[in-house]
Amino acid sequence: MIQAVIKGAYNLLVGLGVTFKNMLSKPVTFQYPEQKRVMPDRYRGRHFLNRDEDGMERCIGCSLCSVNCPVGCIHVVAAENDPDNPVSKGERYAEVYEINLLRCIYCGYCEEACPVDAVVLREHYELADYDRKKYIATKGDLLVYPEPNQFSVNFLGNTKIVNK
Amino acid sequence: MIDDILNFLDPYWWLIIGVVKAVIIAVGLLSTVPLLVWLERRLMGRFQVRLGPNRVGPFGLVQPMVDAIKLLFKENIVQKSADKFLFYLAPAIVVFTAIVTFSAIPFGEPFEVGGETIGLWGANLNIGLLFIFAVSSMGIYGIVIAGFSSNNKYSLMGGLRSSAQMISYELTLGLTALCVVIMSGSLNLYDIVKSQSSMPYAIPLFPAFVLFFIAGVAETNRAPFDLPEAEQELVAGFFTEYSGMKFAMFFMGEYVNMITMSALVTVLFLGGWNSYIPGLDIPILVFAFKVFLLLCVFIWLRSTFPRIRYDRLMTFGWKILLPSSLVIMLVYSAVKVYSLSA
Repeated sequence: MIQAVIKGAYNLLVGLGVTFKNMLSKPVTFQYPEQKRVMPDRYRGRHFLNRDEDGMERCIGCSLCSVNCPVGCIHVVAAENDPDNPVSKGERYAEVYEINLLRCIYCGYCEEACPVDAVVLREHYELADYDRKKYIATKGDLLVYPEPNQFSVNFLGNTKIVNK
Repeated sequence: MIDDILNFLDPYWWLIIGVVKAVIIAVGLLSTVPLLVWLERRLMGRFQVRLGPNRVGPFGLVQPMVDAIKLLFKENIVQKSADKFLFYLAPAIVVFTAIVTFSAIPFGEPFEVGGETIGLWGANLNIGLLFIFAVSSMGIYGIVIAGFSSNNKYSLMGGLRSSAQMISYELTLGLTALCVVIMSGSLNLYDIVKSQSSMPYAIPLFPAFVLFFIAGVAETNRAPFDLPEAEQELVAGFFTEYSGMKFAMFFMGEYVNMITMSALVTVLFLGGWNSYIPGLDIPILVFAFKVFLLLCVFIWLRSTFPRIRYDRLMTFGWKILLPSSLVIMLVYSAVKVYSLSA
């Protein structure tokens, strides 16, 4: 019985030691608004539409992202490319490309479904706003990421900026 | 004119000094509470490898003041089924008993000003220790009444748990404090501190010190013995129905009790304002430092240990703490008798 008491007291002291060690260690807090976190490569934040090496839109308006979307937040209207002044390399391009960011669950299925690596989810996580209307991301909002924005998806699904 | 006033006041200086001391103790104690809340939140944060509040003011020091302002301006909600009188009485009892308890604790040598001896205590009672136990156990009434008058089964359960817990741990508290009384031969806290001038009782009475501290943690309803207010199970327990400043008063009572318990441990076991280090002789600072250390230990315990189940709490109190404190008391009284007869 005395042995049990000593063992129990010892275990309590070990617990106290653990918290004491924690106290001396560096806090893991990010001082958020001043100090922003560097998100991991595979983080699924806000969507962007890629351009290719020549600065043309990658999206060919196939609507596979829209079909794959489990909540149906992507709206794509495709249009035929003008051969003299093409918008994308394919036959068609997305005339309208809208994502409802409030409805989106950031699952990344659109990114996986895209055959041309056009739509990607990037590390941007500061998505709060005061206006609901701003949450309908149109093509103008989605194509802005560093110009010319060229991403590739490697075999792990990581999106990366391709440097020229 | 002024001479007349002074002549009139002459026989009543003791009264004026008493009132001033009472005000200083009450105000000082209540203004320590926000600092203690700040300390607890910061220290808890560090124990949990985070920072704690650091936005409002330097190091977040203004945070508790801001919280207090928020609580003051909160809507005062009293549900229809509550017993209004008791509902308002309960927080007052809790804070009142907490402050009165502290008034009997000495925290320094008396000094003389203009022929009057001023002791650094609210009242130097012959039965100081007894008085403290008597008044602090009155605090249970506040908690039970709070649970009862809320007319809410969870509050009632919180209040009942609390009363059961405090009553059962008070026995251990009293028995271990009795060891100190046996060794020093006095119930007067000032004399107890004086008798520790060469060595604090924590060393010869180490088991009693440990048991007293454990029972003290249970007595102040602090984690891991914070069953009465068990945030997760009872939704703040006996003060579920309280809002605004009345809610804050329960908090204040708890923190003042924490300070009182630390001060009591300091006086009984850690030698009060005796510093034991030559050259470091500023009685109030030494006392405050010891109390501060004990408060840190309180917070340390809270951030380390999970809450004990209710039946185990009772088992621990009645089957382990009480018999062992009885044995310890008997051993020390035997030692005392032997040393007196030898």
